[in-house]
Amino acid sequence: MKRGFPILAIVTAVLLSFALYEALIGAPTERSMGDVQRIFYYHVPSAWTAFLLFFVNFGASIAYLVKRRPAADIVALTSAEVGVVFLTVNLVTGPIWARPVWGIWWTWDWRLTSTLVMWLIYVSYLLLRRFSSGGQAPLLAAALGILGALCVPFVYFSIWFFRTQHPSPVIGGGGSLDPRMAHVLLINWAAFLCLAWLVCWTRYQLEVAKRQVEEAQSLESLLEGSR
Amino acid sequence: MSFLAVMRATLAKDLRLEWRSKDAINAMLFFSLLVVVIFSFAFEPTAEESRKIAGGLVWVAFLFAAIVVLNQTWARELRNHVLDAYRMSPASANSLFLAKAFGNFIFVIVLEALMTPLFIAFYRLGAIGPAWELLPIATLGTWALVVNGTFFAAISLRTRSREVMLPLLLFPISVPALLGMVNATTAVLTGEESARFWITLLVAYDVVFTIACLLLFETILEAE
Repeated sequence: MKRGFPILAIVTAVLLSFALYEALIGAPTERSMGDVQRIFYYHVPSAWTAFLLFFVNFGASIAYLVKRRPAADIVALTSAEVGVVFLTVNLVTGPIWARPVWGIWWTWDWRLTSTLVMWLIYVSYLLLRRFSSGGQAPLLAAALGILGALCVPFVYFSIWFFRTQHPSPVIGGGGSLDPRMAHVLLINWAAFLCLAWLVCWTRYQLEVAKRQVEEAQSLESLLEGSR
Repeated sequence: MSFLAVMRATLAKDLRLEWRSKDAINAMLFFSLLVVVIFSFAFEPTAEESRKIAGGLVWVAFLFAAIVVLNQTWARELRNHVLDAYRMSPASANSLFLAKAFGNFIFVIVLEALMTPLFIAFYRLGAIGPAWELLPIATLGTWALVVNGTFFAAISLRTRSREVMLPLLLFPISVPALLGMVNATTAVLTGEESARFWITLLVAYDVVFTIACLLLFETILEAE
């Protein structure tokens, strides 16, 4: 377990630098958008990674409610935190890309809107974790994690219907991706997944250590009180 | 006591409390009246203009007003450790949850019934589409708000600064339901499109979240 960590770190570093090279130099330049399109290799994988992490959060929340193991709770917390970070990367790179290409920072297109709402749901999850303490906190968070995940399909479906009724001018529908670009995209996603795994791992260890310290401290104060 | 008996007793108790104090309904009524007045400054309340905006405005007013009653749902039971007594009693947790949800539902529906004439008068509202559809929309929409609201009120009860926490948890998850209510209402008022899709969406949302809340509520109530 412990030995795996440096290996994963090295793999991540190599993959990330290779992916960076591929995204900036290796991939062909897009004809109409030019070099700014290269942000695509960060924009899309970060969203996919976030979705995957939120799915992990859903699974871990259910696992915690069923088995009540602290490990499942820590996985849920970690995946939600890292997922929000990756989705934030997605939401920040989006407008940076949109501004030169569409001429606007933001549009209430269905994909943008539903991603933003999803981000809000998971930020509220993190807020709950911050504002609740004690032994009941993991249970409350698990319940919210499950309800939040149930809500995501509703968000996407309803906003999709809402926005396709009133067609928006942007986001060119259809169109196929150049196989070379798809290749670079997948390399970047692999790198992002490794990075996410690495960060989650670190965060997991940190949370375990933090809980051990808290437990030791409360035990200590108990002992001192009885003396 | 059976499931229904517990539910009936709790609901009757809450309704009687509210009937004698009228705290929540007064606060909610005054609050939505304020929203009506303040929004009238934001746009020109003529018939055509308000038809397009009213769907959103009405539901925003009811959503914010509902927070008042939702926040006091469980806070009231903390006094004299009533909630702890519930936990120890063999009564089913879900009967308590349903009683609370129905109670809140009745409060918000009463508020809506009282506020509707005001909205109609102030904004010169009239439905071009089939007006009877507003009835299922209001019922389904209110239930969507109230079932999740009752559940999240039980969660936020256990957090620091609980009154602030409830809207922060409730609003993001209510987005699909709100979208449904607002668009269905606008569709009926303007008569431009059918509200059928949005009503179906509300039904699906209500079913999924009612089941999820019922499955999870016992865990929340017992959480120590």
